[in-house]
Amino acid sequence: MEFVWLIFLPILAAIIVPFLYKSVKNVHTGWFVLIVPVALFLYYIRFVKSVLNGEVHISELPWIPSYDISFTAYIDGLSILFSLLITGIGSLVVLYSIFYLDKKREKLNNFYVYLLMFMTAMLGIVQSDNVISLYLFWELTSISSFLLIGYWFTKDRSRFGALKSMMITVFGGLMMLGGFVLLSIMGDSYSIRELIANAPSFIDHNYFTLAIILILLGAFTKSAQFPFYIWLPDAMEAPTPVSAYLHSATMVKAGLYLVARFTPVFASSEVWIWLVTGIGLLTLFWGSFFAVKQTDLKAILAFSTVSQLGLIMSLFGASAVAYHVSGENAAIFKVAAFAGIFHLINHAMFKGSLFMVAGIVDHETGTRDIRKLGGLMSIMPISFTVAFIGSMSMAGLPPFGGFLSKELFLTSMLSLNQFDLFNFNTWGILFPVIAWIASVFTFVYSFYFVFKTFGGKRAHNAIPKEPKEAPIGMLLSPVILAITVVAIFFIPNMVAKAFVKPAVVAMQTGLYTNPSDVDIHVSAWHGWQPELQMTLGIIVVGLVLFATMSCWQKIYRVQPEKLSLNTLYNGMMTFSEKGMNRLSRLYMTGLLRSYLMYMFISIVAITIIALFMQDAFKVDFSSFAPVNAYGLMTAIILIISVIMVIVAKTRLAAIIALGGVGYSVALFFVIYKAPDLALTQLVIETVSVALFLLAFRYLPEVKRHGETKGIRVGNFLIAAAVGITVTLVALSAHSQKLIPSISQYYKDTVFTEAAGGNIVNVILVDYRGFDTLFEIAVLAIAAIGVYSMIKLRLSRKEKSDESE
Amino acid sequence: MKANDVILQTATKVVFFIIFLFSIHIFFAGHFAPGGGFVGGLLTTAAIVLLLLAFDLKTVQEALPFNFMIVVAVGLLLALGMAAGSFIFNVPFFTHTFGDFYLPLFGLTSLHTAMIFDAGVYLVVVGSTITMIQSIGGDS
Amino acid sequence: MEFIMAIVIGVLFMAAVYLILSRSLLRVILGTGLLSHGAHLLILTMGGLGGTSPPVLADGVTDYADPLPQALILTAIVISFGVTAFMIVLFYRAYGEHKTDNMNLMKGNDEHD
Repeated sequence: MEFVWLIFLPILAAIIVPFLYKSVKNVHTGWFVLIVPVALFLYYIRFVKSVLNGEVHISELPWIPSYDISFTAYIDGLSILFSLLITGIGSLVVLYSIFYLDKKREKLNNFYVYLLMFMTAMLGIVQSDNVISLYLFWELTSISSFLLIGYWFTKDRSRFGALKSMMITVFGGLMMLGGFVLLSIMGDSYSIRELIANAPSFIDHNYFTLAIILILLGAFTKSAQFPFYIWLPDAMEAPTPVSAYLHSATMVKAGLYLVARFTPVFASSEVWIWLVTGIGLLTLFWGSFFAVKQTDLKAILAFSTVSQLGLIMSLFGASAVAYHVSGENAAIFKVAAFAGIFHLINHAMFKGSLFMVAGIVDHETGTRDIRKLGGLMSIMPISFTVAFIGSMSMAGLPPFGGFLSKELFLTSMLSLNQFDLFNFNTWGILFPVIAWIASVFTFVYSFYFVFKTFGGKRAHNAIPKEPKEAPIGMLLSPVILAITVVAIFFIPNMVAKAFVKPAVVAMQTGLYTNPSDVDIHVSAWHGWQPELQMTLGIIVVGLVLFATMSCWQKIYRVQPEKLSLNTLYNGMMTFSEKGMNRLSRLYMTGLLRSYLMYMFISIVAITIIALFMQDAFKVDFSSFAPVNAYGLMTAIILIISVIMVIVAKTRLAAIIALGGVGYSVALFFVIYKAPDLALTQLVIETVSVALFLLAFRYLPEVKRHGETKGIRVGNFLIAAAVGITVTLVALSAHSQKLIPSISQYYKDTVFTEAAGGNIVNVILVDYRGFDTLFEIAVLAIAAIGVYSMIKLRLSRKEKSDESE
Repeated sequence: MKANDVILQTATKVVFFIIFLFSIHIFFAGHFAPGGGFVGGLLTTAAIVLLLLAFDLKTVQEALPFNFMIVVAVGLLLALGMAAGSFIFNVPFFTHTFGDFYLPLFGLTSLHTAMIFDAGVYLVVVGSTITMIQSIGGDS
Repeated sequence: MEFIMAIVIGVLFMAAVYLILSRSLLRVILGTGLLSHGAHLLILTMGGLGGTSPPVLADGVTDYADPLPQALILTAIVISFGVTAFMIVLFYRAYGEHKTDNMNLMKGNDEHD
């Protein structure tokens, strides 16, 4: 089966969702939607066995073959891991949303359509082998994220957050497209596999670094890295299932996926390693530090997501180092890629469950403000247990999955100190130091999240609703995730064998040939190593900081509001809006005359310049037809009529003079042997005059409305310029025939091919019948326009009369 | 529009049919002599406009009880249907054909599918122009 | 003859532009009418004014006028009629709503940004 089609399954399913929502009222629409991710999950899991043996699967659907652009689904370790996360967490999120979103009050049809659209987009990103289709899906995730954040579109904050995320991620997406274009020019292919294969041939290219920066802009904006993370906290206005799904487990990991996917292409670059590792580590610290400042449960989680994404990003950056070393030391540098992927899985699990718990707390108590919460432990024991497991895993404590990946992370950061290229031996010591400090804060906010919500005393009056434990259906998804978190700790090497190692092989092509070559064994106890000492330090310092939190939390007030990145963003938005408004006001006067003047002046300028440039002023007098007395007389009549139109004082005189012009033109048609035109023009002129007379009964007299002499002279000058230009064009066009006319063909074939005698009519109905078809369509549209302008107004008035 | 000119009205009753018949002639002659759907349609319009000038809008609407918007639609359908009809015979869009047929009363007649298309043009032109004039004239 | 025609076309365009730039909406519509006449004659002149016989097949005639510009103009005439009718109604409706035909008063104001 061509499994590329499965990418489109969710979006196709989305088509029937609104109909189901409308027709089946008493079943929650989510139950139908749930089928899609579950089915996909079960389908994709079948690939795991073959992928872990090092096989890959390709399925192609041509899209624009002439540009070599196709939808190519490429399944290897990395894409199967992400596909399973998308469909697996997707299933749990849909299940959770069934209980979270009320089927009576919420517009479920919109919600699930957006969600399914997102699922297609995300699957498309992780499976696309073609950079152009990857970009397409990439932007589709931005759009569906925009729609989902703005799901409660009546709230100002939702709209603001939706727009902000859209602006930042689409900006990054466009930059990334630029990077892809550069890359495909350098590598002479749109296929990622071929680009990886061709990479050695273009690493010295001038634009290589530029391509890196552009692609990283895409990855950093999507994965909420410093300084682009500011959209993620505002995205928390989305319904909690969306936050759990898009803004922690999947979409924000698209940037990580991109970095992982392109590691083999860019690993040789110093810029790549420094940027990815450095920005990742900075984000890790920044996010964890500011998470403690937040008071909203979801905001804490948002900042912790930012920080955890930074952690994985820095590991992916460090994994590129493995390409620069060889020999015995090499093994230690290979840990980073493994740790990154492993932590990615862990993070998806524990952060998903934490978001769901935050949603439950919000749902059952009516508030997410951590200052109002407390003492829920005894009321919501299951939620507390889930939150506790998730938080402890996040803090990196045993016996939870997070402990293992945190240890590996510290190992990788310590190893960077030993890397002796690119100034790493000078600055390398910074990496473990920053990682350690950030880990301390991670520990603090994990405790902050779980114990300030569930521990302590209950504040009775502050909570809007009487809290109670959530229904079993709502708890199901977080409990499943929490069980996984614990399970990973006890069977880490099975997880590694099935998912992590194939992904590492896919990420670091060239270093391994088969998943079984990845020689890393995870164990909870690995001796009295520096990593363990660091972890103990984290626990001690973290506990001290958590206990004394109320004393030092004041330092966050030191940072003035004006210096934050959010202020910068808002300022930029306001500036561009106001600036553009002011700029367009300069020329958009609202006066028809101004706009027409721009057009006429441009026409004159462009035409005259073109005539000069092309040297087209030659006038060939010899080909002119002889002057005809009737023609001359008609010309004189016509010019007199034109002057009469201009000087006419009454509307009737003007209409009659216009009719005179029309009849003179008809006479010209007679003189120049155009009987069809003459007939048509005569009748049309008659009908138009009748039309004018009909309408003009209601119209005012011709007035000048106080046009000053200056304006009239200006108008006259422009008019004269246009007139002269057109005269020149007429003369020049007559004398210069660049290509032979097709008329001769018409003359020759009119009888033999089209069985007609009147060439003009045969051109209209036969040779160029298509034009005529559209022309009568235009005429019909004009008639409908006239009809509706007059009739619809009447019906509107009648309606407003009724309503009064 | 109030009009009670007896001479104009009497003359119109005759002239209308002359113009109308002429327009039909011009329409059919179009393939070999000057004329065709556009001119024929406009001449028919002119005949109706003459009626409008001689009588008032209401009388004309009673005398010609068509909804002219439907005339437009029929014309467009005819034109498009003729063009799309080519598909049935597995030839490109807009392929015309012609032949000589022996018809009773007319004798040997040359028939052309372009005529059907032209009839569509005719109907659209008549329908649109009359719709415009009726809308404008009928508004008060 | 082409030279005279070129001048006639120039005059038509000039008058049309002059009228279109004026403040009275009625004059703008008159201007568009003149503009379409100018355009029709321009197309005709571009094709050449020679040809002693109309482009209708007849025995013994070879010097037909150029049929292509004529076919183009024929459609243009009908379209310009439709556009003129549309503009008249637009004008008439705008006048009915705003009670003015002064283009300066008909511009959008700041509240409608």
